[in-house]
Amino acid sequence: MGTGTGIGRVRGLGSAKHGSHHWWQQRLTAASNLLLLVWLVVSLLRLPLYDYRALVLWLSSPWASVPLILATISVFYHLRLGLQVVIEDYQHDFSRVIALVLLNFYAIAGAALAIFAILKVAFSGAVA
Amino acid sequence: MARNPARPLSPHLTIWKWGPHMLVSILHRATGSALAIAGGVLFIWWLTALAGGEASYAHFIDLMTSDRTGKLNLIPAIVLIGLTWSFFQHMCSGIRHLLLDTGAGYELKLNKMGSIATIVISVTLTILVWFAIFARGI
Repeated sequence: MGTGTGIGRVRGLGSAKHGSHHWWQQRLTAASNLLLLVWLVVSLLRLPLYDYRALVLWLSSPWASVPLILATISVFYHLRLGLQVVIEDYQHDFSRVIALVLLNFYAIAGAALAIFAILKVAFSGAVA
Repeated sequence: MARNPARPLSPHLTIWKWGPHMLVSILHRATGSALAIAGGVLFIWWLTALAGGEASYAHFIDLMTSDRTGKLNLIPAIVLIGLTWSFFQHMCSGIRHLLLDTGAGYELKLNKMGSIATIVISVTLTILVWFAIFARGI
């Protein structure tokens, strides 16, 4: 490498064949966010949010807890993809690596916490 | 990443006349970041408070709404209303992006109308939602 013609030097260095993966995942999660969060907003507006028992009863149904878990996965994946682009645009030195690692920690830990909390309410709520 | 300072930069923010499409573009990033961080943390907080039982949830609701005297907690109210608007703005702007991805809506007039529409719709939805919430008392 480095001695051939211009085209020879760059041949084979191109697309890793996943160039559109990030873009496509962001659109896909945008669509699922739209469906799941419109459902969530409508549900929350219909619920008495201050009422612990009403919320527990709501989440003890799979028709509420499952879409809420799906919404959590979709939202945290989408925010990870989105903030990744923001970090890549503004951070240029080693701080970029640190920010990206922290972002991944936040997205995964946040989603895990939220999902665990939903499941805990869903599984123990009906007894209480 | 070393840049030769003698080389010219492509025209950037300072040189363009601001239009609604530019505002909506940067708002998409700003509202997205706000939702991702503040919205995400609040969402986790809400669910973990709920999972913590009746007392912990009551504490969360007190914190978000009003103190014992019944007075509205101003900072949570501003944050919640701000996040509601951010959500609707990001949603409308996101739908606009999905439409633009198909290659439609780049005519100057239509593009401008579309970007103004996202703001009008997001503000309207925010007002409607919070009117509904205050009308019935959370």
